[in-house]
Amino acid sequence: MKHENVVRVGISDVNIVKAPQCIRTSGLGSCVGVVIYDQQNKIAGLAHIMLPDSTLSKQKELNPFKFADTAIPYVVNKLCEHGARKFALKAKVAGGAQMFQFETNSSMMRIGPRNVEAVLDQLHKYRIPLIAKSIGGSSGRTIEFDPSTGKLFIRTVTKGESII
Amino acid sequence: MSGKPLSSIQKDALKEIGNIGAGNATTSLSALVDKKIQMEVPSVKVVSFDEMMDVIGGSDQTVVGLYFRITGDTPGAVYFILTIKEAQALLAKILPDTHVDLLHEGTPNEYALSALKEVGNIVTGSYLSALSDFMSLNMSYSIPYLSVDMVGAIITVGLLEICEKTDNAIIINTNIGDEEDHHIHGQFILLPDPEAFYTIFSSLGIQTNEA
Repeated sequence: MKHENVVRVGISDVNIVKAPQCIRTSGLGSCVGVVIYDQQNKIAGLAHIMLPDSTLSKQKELNPFKFADTAIPYVVNKLCEHGARKFALKAKVAGGAQMFQFETNSSMMRIGPRNVEAVLDQLHKYRIPLIAKSIGGSSGRTIEFDPSTGKLFIRTVTKGESII
Repeated sequence: MSGKPLSSIQKDALKEIGNIGAGNATTSLSALVDKKIQMEVPSVKVVSFDEMMDVIGGSDQTVVGLYFRITGDTPGAVYFILTIKEAQALLAKILPDTHVDLLHEGTPNEYALSALKEVGNIVTGSYLSALSDFMSLNMSYSIPYLSVDMVGAIITVGLLEICEKTDNAIIINTNIGDEEDHHIHGQFILLPDPEAFYTIFSSLGIQTNEA
């Protein structure tokens, strides 16, 4: 991709950047990449969410960045601490694919759509408008957001590239 | 077994499991491609999810991934991973008359994908049946699921059961390939669910350090 000044976000991880830096996460399958940004102040946060709901976890010490219901509040707070205006926040969302077509109907297999649903719920709760999305399907996505333009670049292996 | 380091005897036992599985898989791959196939010494690692992607070449890397869900006494996942080049070489060997471009946009050759699945099925089947015999445990496995896509997207599927409970995975990683020109090559990743380790260790008579 084009920019050298890129902050990478791993799985179950979050980070925030200010222009001219960009922010990227790779290999989103059933995971969902959520970008929340303040366009005018050129600041953006990205969360790579793996699971929808922290309250269903069997873990004692939770990694808050793993779940939609804990990662999104964290990103919103961090953004506001670093000069974003809460009322101006907008979001773009990508991921939530189903990589394999399973014959069994276990809930784990519907994890992509459930992640997306949980993310949209959280955005709704914070009254953050969803500007664009690229969700579902059966392809992995690598995404990169540029806070100076508000564009989200999406790369897939066989379905080409797009900008939303 | 969440995030706790493995004792050296536990590590050795898991390596041996990788050895036995891949040894058997090597034999069946060798019969399929009519070439001498060798295996490397397995590695056993406790890794974060990000590190796990790096073991297979990085989250962004495009690979051919065959995924099998294991059920029975030791639930988990097993992957047979090939690079695009390796998968093309394997296909050229078993389907010499068909030209296949795995990265072709739209529908790639269904026949070729089905052949790859079948090879994966045979090779992974021998890997798992060797494990199940060795540990005298009941292991069944799903049909093969195949995807040509990014490592991160493919591997996350196998991490879902694990990530509900911990942020680390124990992986048993073995490379197999032909020794002449290294065209035929693949990587086995065995990814047991956290609770499977108690069964594995106790079937081998090894103490687990957790009650």
